[in-house]
Amino acid sequence: MIDAQVLARAQFAFTISFHIIFPAFSIGLASYLAVLEGMWLRTRNPVYLNLFHYWLKIFAVAFGAGVVSGLVMAYQFGTNWSVFSDKAGAVLGPLMAYEVMSAFFLEAGFLGVMLFGLKRVGPTLHFIATLAVALGTFASAFWILSVNSWMQTPAGYAINAQGQFVPADWLKVIFNPSFPFRLVHMVLAAYLTTALVVGAVGAFHLLKDKANLEARKMFSMAMWMATLVAPIQILAGDSHGLNSLEHQPAKIMAMEGHYQSHPHGAPLILFGLPNQAKGEVEYKIEIPKLSSLILKHNLDAPLAGLDTVPRQDWPYVPIVFWSFRIMVGIGLLMALLGGVSLLARLRRGLYDWRPLHRFALAMGPMGFVAVLAGWITTEVGRQPYTVYGLLRTSQSASPLQAPAVAASLAAFAVVYFVVFGSGLFYLLRLMGHPPHDHEEGLEEHDPIRAAGITPAPAIDPDRALQPVH
Amino acid sequence: MTYSADLTLIWAGLIAFAVFAYVVLDGFDLGIGILFPMLGSDADRDTAMSSVAPVWDGNETWLILGGGGMLAAFPLAYAILMPAVYAPLIAMLLGLVFRGVAFEYRWRTKRARWAWDLAFCGGSTLAAFSQGVILGAILQGVTVTGRGYGGGWWDWLTPFSLLTGVSVVAGYGMLGATWLIMKTTDNLLARAFHLAWRFGAATVVAIGAVSAATPFLKADYWRRWLTFPNIIATAQVPLLVAIAAVALFFCLRRKNETWPFPIALGLFALGYAGLAISLYPDIVPGRVTIWQASAPASSLGFMLIGAGILIPVILAYTGYAYWVFRGKTDPKGYH
Repeated sequence: MIDAQVLARAQFAFTISFHIIFPAFSIGLASYLAVLEGMWLRTRNPVYLNLFHYWLKIFAVAFGAGVVSGLVMAYQFGTNWSVFSDKAGAVLGPLMAYEVMSAFFLEAGFLGVMLFGLKRVGPTLHFIATLAVALGTFASAFWILSVNSWMQTPAGYAINAQGQFVPADWLKVIFNPSFPFRLVHMVLAAYLTTALVVGAVGAFHLLKDKANLEARKMFSMAMWMATLVAPIQILAGDSHGLNSLEHQPAKIMAMEGHYQSHPHGAPLILFGLPNQAKGEVEYKIEIPKLSSLILKHNLDAPLAGLDTVPRQDWPYVPIVFWSFRIMVGIGLLMALLGGVSLLARLRRGLYDWRPLHRFALAMGPMGFVAVLAGWITTEVGRQPYTVYGLLRTSQSASPLQAPAVAASLAAFAVVYFVVFGSGLFYLLRLMGHPPHDHEEGLEEHDPIRAAGITPAPAIDPDRALQPVH
Repeated sequence: MTYSADLTLIWAGLIAFAVFAYVVLDGFDLGIGILFPMLGSDADRDTAMSSVAPVWDGNETWLILGGGGMLAAFPLAYAILMPAVYAPLIAMLLGLVFRGVAFEYRWRTKRARWAWDLAFCGGSTLAAFSQGVILGAILQGVTVTGRGYGGGWWDWLTPFSLLTGVSVVAGYGMLGATWLIMKTTDNLLARAFHLAWRFGAATVVAIGAVSAATPFLKADYWRRWLTFPNIIATAQVPLLVAIAAVALFFCLRRKNETWPFPIALGLFALGYAGLAISLYPDIVPGRVTIWQASAPASSLGFMLIGAGILIPVILAYTGYAYWVFRGKTDPKGYH
């Protein structure tokens, strides 16, 4: 029997998973565009400008899809998690309001200039707008990750007579214990995701024409990102894990598949089938003591297992266990791509070695998969709580009947697949065009969602308007 | 305590303003969607869409600010009202998603244009109707148990909420038609006059019907509107509505192209003022006041810093955008 709460969780997971794909891409792409324009201004090499225009068109579509899917998120808290909203609204609401306002500010001020204004405001001012957009997407990420981190590691709050969380110290609320780790891990993930997409598009066009200057440049830049950032991301993920071990040990137990405690050094379970009912991982392949080495930097350090946690506080291990392995596996593949491409680069075969291009092409969507797997790990891993240790998921849901939630979930599924499926189709079509010399920017009279409140500086009044008075 | 009370009032005002800004701004571009099948030729449809293309997206951002602001400033009200209007709220969001992307994707395809046109019209109408239903559902009162919604998931569906749903569709249609009068020429202009007449009449009838029904919903509303001495003040609202309606039809008859839109906005403002009279100081009618629902002063104050900087900037930008795009839309220019 599926109850309303499970459906509400499914609905939130569905809508936010669709949503996160677009911001993850636009955060990285905004920074990439800033780098491209900066390089163009410094070197005046037209390849950079061509690439800037090429990716700008893609950015506009992705940003628009992010805004549309974000609108739904602003209401999901109230419709499906109303008790949570009542209890945590005073603490989290203002942070979310700042998130909305950062995005708002972006749309109001700089996006229009960035999208359409290069010829009109001049390169320097335009570059400032591009930097502001990159900074603004980062600010959005900052606030929303602060919200999520507070739910994982609440701090700086008090509880009032009505049982609501109220802010006691805003700095402690914002910079709660897991926030810095999560922010770094997610922003790097956004950069890597974007790099993989850029690399795959570059590889796709290199496979067809290895003389294409723009394709060579974007492929090279993306591979540098993989070479340099993938190892850093592995380190960042590791320290995020250590932070979770300190604040949310049950999540780490679930990720590791440690149902049992290991007083004399815990093994690293590589694969296996977690059986939640029995409380053990079946058919496991493990390396003795390696988990203690990774998590405690000591082969013989004892590690507690879920047997030390009351059963009603267990997260659902099979999901966490597998999503974590998918994320780590993709992370290692990214590092491999970085390493192999470095080797190819050193041997002067970066643009010629077709297996590398095929590998990079196959890795194109993997960043998104890793981002989703990572979020599933952290979100399922903190169950059964919405505010960790303080408010249970079962006590957060709206008083709704199952059919209501089921019907809306079905509606969301249908609409999202049609709408964002078409969006993906248009994005892929844009990426399928080979980049070329004299690449055009956005067509100025295409109505585009991302143009925001002020296409005013963006559009040439002589063309857009025909004042008759 | 007075400090906190003042912040509560400020935020109630800000959110009320955001919602009103949303209603009138998105109202006319939703209206274009509602009128879309009645606009005659494809070229006229293109022009109508072009006339709102520069401004429509910013309009919707007010809705996010209204929703997000309510969660932050009045979490209890948000927690009670959102589940109460669950079905129409989800329908509204899906409608907005559909029409939002239709706007953009429509220009990217020739083959599938008809499908996106349909999505644009259907999504706009669904969103408008749902907004009206939400309004009616909140006005007629919701069942509250403890600190949450206590009713069923079809409670919102009543003849009154259907009436408010249709009313909002009519009202947005009127806003859309009068906007087109201001922004277009020739055939489309003539058609817009015709549509403005029809939707204007429907709106005035709807305002009358909703106003007549409201005092019977709750004793509170009756007392506020129809007992002495309140009635001396409240009677001004219907009086002004009547004046505005006469002015609107006078302008339409004289084929005035400038004034119908501002007058239509005025009608909406009057309707909104009427709602404020019915509700204040409740945020969940008859159950929860804005002070009971309010977040603590530290939350409200913290947010006010950002809002205080941002809202004036947005208003200035929005005003600037409308100024730049004043005058008639060129059928060829913006697509």
